[in-house]
Amino acid sequence: MELTLKSETGFDLLALSGEVDMHFSPKLREKILGTLKDGKPLLIDMAQVSYIDSSGIASLVEGFQTAKSSKLPYGLLNISTTALQVLTLTRLDKIFNLYSSAEQFKAQVTTHAGAIQ
Amino acid sequence: MSTDNSQRNAISIRNLVVDYGQRRILSDVNLDIPMGQIMVIMGQSGAGKTTLLRCLLGLKKPTSGSVHILGTDIASASLREINKVRIQMGVAFQGGALFSSMSVAENIQLALREHTNLDEKTIEIMTRIKLDMVNMLPAEHLMPAELSGGMTKRAALARAIIMDPKLLFFDEPSAGLDPSTAAELDQLIITLKNTMRMTIVVVTHELDSIFKIADHIAVMSNGLIIETGTPQQITASTNPEIQGMLNRKPRETIVDTDTHLRRLTGGV
Repeated sequence: MELTLKSETGFDLLALSGEVDMHFSPKLREKILGTLKDGKPLLIDMAQVSYIDSSGIASLVEGFQTAKSSKLPYGLLNISTTALQVLTLTRLDKIFNLYSSAEQFKAQVTTHAGAIQ
Repeated sequence: MSTDNSQRNAISIRNLVVDYGQRRILSDVNLDIPMGQIMVIMGQSGAGKTTLLRCLLGLKKPTSGSVHILGTDIASASLREINKVRIQMGVAFQGGALFSSMSVAENIQLALREHTNLDEKTIEIMTRIKLDMVNMLPAEHLMPAELSGGMTKRAALARAIIMDPKLLFFDEPSAGLDPSTAAELDQLIITLKNTMRMTIVVVTHELDSIFKIADHIAVMSNGLIIETGTPQQITASTNPEIQGMLNRKPRETIVDTDTHLRRLTGGV
């Protein structure tokens, strides 16, 4: 698995690629929680994720809970059919905010920032 | 250790023989289980299903033959090599085999604590995800003695899948369950195959369950696999013993007189 973090206008974009399994999910967890500490909304691009196991899902869930507690927008981008099936199985497909473009998330972030001010 | 070149099959059994003392329990068993499919091993009590399962789990060394699991012949492998393969397996035993002194959640977490370095929070969330999958989340703090038969089976399944195994073995999943709980469990087994890419081996004699979940069926009798095929092929089998099992005929009606007399008299 590879992690690439980019700073976009108003949010951070974390791109994942490859297989997210028990070997790599601790690194993913650390990256998600570390990034959220900066206090910026986080969008996780899953387009290049070929497989995600339940430890990876658990890291995404913990990240979501942390973001919610800090009132930060948090979303998953371009989730593959396979990963979506796993989320559906665990009834998380209705919990996560899923996006098909970064612009959608950006619009959400802008609305959120407006609501806070 | 020898390795099997064919990776299309998660499991490949060749010429497997198991003797207990003078008694032959498995005779020249050959079976391939394709990756990502559900194989049901069916047969009457005493057919050799449990012994075959024990060989697949590396719990019984065969007298001869090979059992390639995910490329490793566990019939000839060292314990260390077998344990490497076992990490990729989940097993739900018939009686649950939960530790009575631990809560449901603690039972489920055990493998994660022993075999991974995952953070405590990750372990907690993974446990709850798996409990939710088997509809047991409200029971996480219960002790095994407080569970019904169906709950025990579901807890055992949650424990079996906690490591996201490539291979899931399930011994008699629906035995003793009410029809509704059995149907839920059958559906869950199919969903696990479809979404988690698991290869699943189910040992059972519950006909309703077999034809709901199986991609392939291996029929065992007297230590032999007498037929393998899709559910449609097994249903269409002309083997009278298989038809007897499918039509729930008592065993006596399908044994010919001479054989039965010889069995009773020892050939006198």
